[in-house]
Amino acid sequence: MPVKEYIGLSKIDGPLIFIKKVKNISYNEVVEITYKGSSRFGQVVMLSNDTAVIQVFQGTEGLSIDKTSIRFLGRPLEIKLSEDILGRTFNGIGMPIDEGSRIIRGEYRDINGEPINPASRMYPRNYIETGVSAIDLLMTVVRGQKLPIFSGNGLPHNRLAVQITRQARIKGEERGRFAIVFAAMGIKHDSARYILSSFEESGALKNVVTFLNLADDPTIERIATPRVALTAAEYLAFEKGMHVLVIMTDMTNYCEALRELSTARGEVPSRKGYPGYLYSDLASMYERAGMIKGKKGSITQLPILSMPNDDITHPIPDLTGYITEGQIVLDRDLYRKGVYPPINILLSLSRLMKDSIGEGYTRLDHPHVYSQLFAAYSRVHEVRALASIIGEEELIDLDKMYMKFGKAFEEEFITQGEDENRAMEETLDIAWKVLGYLPKEELTRISRDEIERFYNKRED
Amino acid sequence: MEQKTGKLYMINGPVVKADNTSSFMMHEVVRVGKIGLIGEIISLEDDRATIQIYEETTGLKIGEPVRSSGKLLSVMLGPGMIGNVYDGIQRPLEVLRNRSGDFLKRGVEVLPIDFKHEWDTEILIKDGDTVKPGQIIATVDETSSFTHRIMIPPGVSGTVNNVRTSGRYTVDTVIAEIDDGGDKYNLTMFQNWPVRTPRPYKKRLAVDEPLITGQRVIDTFFPLNKGGAACIPGGFGTGKTILQHQFAKWSDADVIVYIGCGERGNEMTEVLEEFPELKDPRNGKPLMERTILIANTSNMPVSAREASIYTGVTIAEYFRDMGYHVAVMADSTSRWAEALREISGRLEEMPAEEGFPPYLSSRLADFYERAGKVSALGNESLGSVSIIGAVSPPGGDFSEPVTTHTKRFTRCFWALDKSLANARHYPAINWLTSYSENIGDVKEWYSKTVSRDFFKLRNEALALLNEDDRLQQIIKLVGEDVLPDDQKLTVRAASLIKIGFLQQNSYSKVDCFASLNKQYKMLKIMLVFYEKARELISLGVAISEILKGSILNTLMRMKEEVSNDNVEKITAIGKELESFCMALKKKYSGKPDNM
Ligand SMILES: Nc1ncnc2c1ncn2[C@@H]1O[C@H](COP(=O)(O)OP(=O)(O)OP(=O)(O)O)[C@@H](O)[C@H]1O
Ligand SMILES: Nc1ncnc2c1ncn2[C@@H]1O[C@H](COP(=O)(O)OP(=O)(O)O)[C@@H](O)[C@H]1O
Ligand SMILES: [Mg+2]
Ligand SMILES: [Mg+2]
Repeated sequence: MPVKEYIGLSKIDGPLIFIKKVKNISYNEVVEITYKGSSRFGQVVMLSNDTAVIQVFQGTEGLSIDKTSIRFLGRPLEIKLSEDILGRTFNGIGMPIDEGSRIIRGEYRDINGEPINPASRMYPRNYIETGVSAIDLLMTVVRGQKLPIFSGNGLPHNRLAVQITRQARIKGEERGRFAIVFAAMGIKHDSARYILSSFEESGALKNVVTFLNLADDPTIERIATPRVALTAAEYLAFEKGMHVLVIMTDMTNYCEALRELSTARGEVPSRKGYPGYLYSDLASMYERAGMIKGKKGSITQLPILSMPNDDITHPIPDLTGYITEGQIVLDRDLYRKGVYPPINILLSLSRLMKDSIGEGYTRLDHPHVYSQLFAAYSRVHEVRALASIIGEEELIDLDKMYMKFGKAFEEEFITQGEDENRAMEETLDIAWKVLGYLPKEELTRISRDEIERFYNKRED
Repeated sequence: MEQKTGKLYMINGPVVKADNTSSFMMHEVVRVGKIGLIGEIISLEDDRATIQIYEETTGLKIGEPVRSSGKLLSVMLGPGMIGNVYDGIQRPLEVLRNRSGDFLKRGVEVLPIDFKHEWDTEILIKDGDTVKPGQIIATVDETSSFTHRIMIPPGVSGTVNNVRTSGRYTVDTVIAEIDDGGDKYNLTMFQNWPVRTPRPYKKRLAVDEPLITGQRVIDTFFPLNKGGAACIPGGFGTGKTILQHQFAKWSDADVIVYIGCGERGNEMTEVLEEFPELKDPRNGKPLMERTILIANTSNMPVSAREASIYTGVTIAEYFRDMGYHVAVMADSTSRWAEALREISGRLEEMPAEEGFPPYLSSRLADFYERAGKVSALGNESLGSVSIIGAVSPPGGDFSEPVTTHTKRFTRCFWALDKSLANARHYPAINWLTSYSENIGDVKEWYSKTVSRDFFKLRNEALALLNEDDRLQQIIKLVGEDVLPDDQKLTVRAASLIKIGFLQQNSYSKVDCFASLNKQYKMLKIMLVFYEKARELISLGVAISEILKGSILNTLMRMKEEVSNDNVEKITAIGKELESFCMALKKKYSGKPDNM
């Protein structure tokens, strides 16, 4: 297809540029923008009569109306893929930025991908043991799941993500063809370095593909970063049969870039200035996780997002929670108390665990212990609220037992070392130990047989 | 048919504009661009048209053609729909998969029903008969448990000729010719109907029969009518989808239309994998043999999401017209409303509340009004469409527009509560804020079918829960210890109802579905316990004595330990309860009598 080139713009407005009198341009096509010898990339976001509106990934700073030249490349934004991407580092729109060469052999793929046909999906059922008790027992991760970490500034989400990545394994299976795709959107250099160096230590680096858009990189480029990363992940998973874990951080920065773009386009905002299509936009990325019938590979997503003001009802965590298959919520109060990992159990959830736990998968008592721990721990919160009013001594005996249970639950069960890798059996046993503080009549969600088998009253 | 062609002059995501379109119809289906994307005209002005496109628009160019089809956006109705999974505009996803692989490609045209399959057809008319709209003229056993009744389409009538004899036919076979004195009409086994127009019926009927769902908190406390509409609002993770799946599995409807409207792909896969394995409790047949899925997941095009609920409800009306009870689940109507908002935004319409277009409320009303119980056109049989819509309020705040408007047009409100869900109390339906306005209509049915005192027990239980709520406010401030024994008992009895009755685990083999008989017997014995215990306390028995026995634990576990086909076991538990109380009474008063 002939490449079309134009010189001169009609308007520059925030991250958008407008060009008049263009012909034969297609919607979403990529353009290369050259000014004074340096080039940047953009994408057509609207076409009206002979005018094209283009969003510029690297921002419009320093562009001029008359001397900017625009080449329409006649294709959507693509990334070139082959197995050579493993071990490589790219920028936020998929160009290599490490010392390595260009990807030479390879196939181009549109970064927007295509929706998986729901009839082609395979329901994920293989649980991943992370070695983290709170996660394995109470929000079991399943291969092919999308399970975000909801965090806040300064909370150890990166440490937890790294620990999960390092320890994750499927029972009774070789680690096999495993790859990590790491997409950084607007995070600080030190956070990125921390994550990458941990991959290096574990020797996984040769299986990691990195896409970096750091805090000081162009904002609008972030719109492309997760899509580029997921396109690479789809290639590795569904064409090369690898099990891919995608870590995307920080989705909040992505959403802010989207808001900036939407505002520049003069769109009617929905909550907190975010565009009304934020849900669909996020879904177009999160739904790229999963498994496909007849294909060996899988995509598991572990997006990280910081909740502005720790507010879980903020549109970003809220809409994310409506799309992902659960969430792991980190809690500032627990972190202050010195609990690591500071997981807020009651707010966390894994929607896919139900078919992957229990007899034949983990252990027969798992589903009931799971349910009982939630019930008991939520009771602990009520009792603590009461104790803060009337004093702990005034509590009835049963409530005192709940206080003891709550403390042990946080200190013995949730708390564990950053290098501590607990097996599922061990996790379940600790759970029973903690439940030992409650009288067995309270364990109404556990069957009589299981109580018979596993329960031991704890007297200390 | 004449081919009219417009020309694109604006492209903005799923919304495009074309000119030279003065002869196009409102809501007509068009093919857009060289690749032939499917679109629908959503506004017309002079010779310009605005079109929403049901597929990704990447690659479209200004000046590309827009071709007319002469048809409104319609569904194709006939044998072969049951067990299928469609996208929002009724394209069968299995066929798309065979045609173009695991990822959805654009511009693919496929038939909604299989034209090659030959159905065993029993023809019910003969030459010379006169037929009228809605009349059933043939039957096809579409699945082992479902009979498809072939009807004369609305608007068609006359005398039939050249009627075929019963035999094996494809859906497009002309099985008779209808002569209305002027035109001839070739009658086949399928018909088309525009999705945005409700199908006609003879008469709307009063709704007086519940849709039994097997979920205790619904059937016993907040029942939905066959032909009614319900709203399930709830923040993420509160259990909307699981509840909808439960209805799809266990409710006593003849046909289920499940619309996955802008939600997760894996949730549809789950249904597709699970339903063929699950048995309908009423006839032992696989549940898939009465189910139709519409899967327009969140990552599929938003315009098709907008259309999906109309596609679903039109299919439901078609089965209603055969005299069946149909239940429609839409998960989630908020995603549909967002699609409406997005398209409206691209049209640069003036927004009303929270960016939603001002017509949000009337569109919701139109949709929910398509629920109802009717006597069908032409065949007088009774059919109904019930609609259960999930609502996903931002931040779980029920004061937002979609929840508040939906509430106006539905008579059942099942409010899902975040704190119940956090404690894994499922279904997390809040018993204080939820309601059903159907109680008056179905009272008699319950009296006749289950028991005369059914609603008396229900009201007692609700009163108990209300009293408990009042006591909980006090407990929060001063603790349970200071309450007198009778109030402590109220709290314990309420807790029994909450844990032993209201909580119902969807993943439990025994308890996922509870027959009405089981529900009734469970509630009855729990209230008997409360009554007897109250009497004991008034005699001076200490509450600790009552709680010490194993009876409370037995009552709590009844839901798991008594299966639907062994409800008699509750009678035995009743005896145990009686002797337990008797013993206590004896101990305290020294003289037994019949209490
Ligand atoms: N290199 C490191 N080695 C050990 N621990 C680290 C390292 N980097 C970060 N952490 C731990 O992880 C926690 C979070 O660090 P991070 O840098 O992500 O904080 P932040 O940048 O304030 O958070 P956010 O990413 O939300 O902006 C810190 O409190 C620290 O304890
Ligand atoms: N009735 C139920 N029984 C057991 N678990 C349930 C029930 N309802 C919901 N859950 C749990 O809650 C999770 C979220 O439910 P879901 O219906 O997907 O929520 P929503 O659609 O409101 O986001 C499920 O994955 C499941 O673990
Ligand atoms: Mg950081
Ligand atoms: Mg849901």
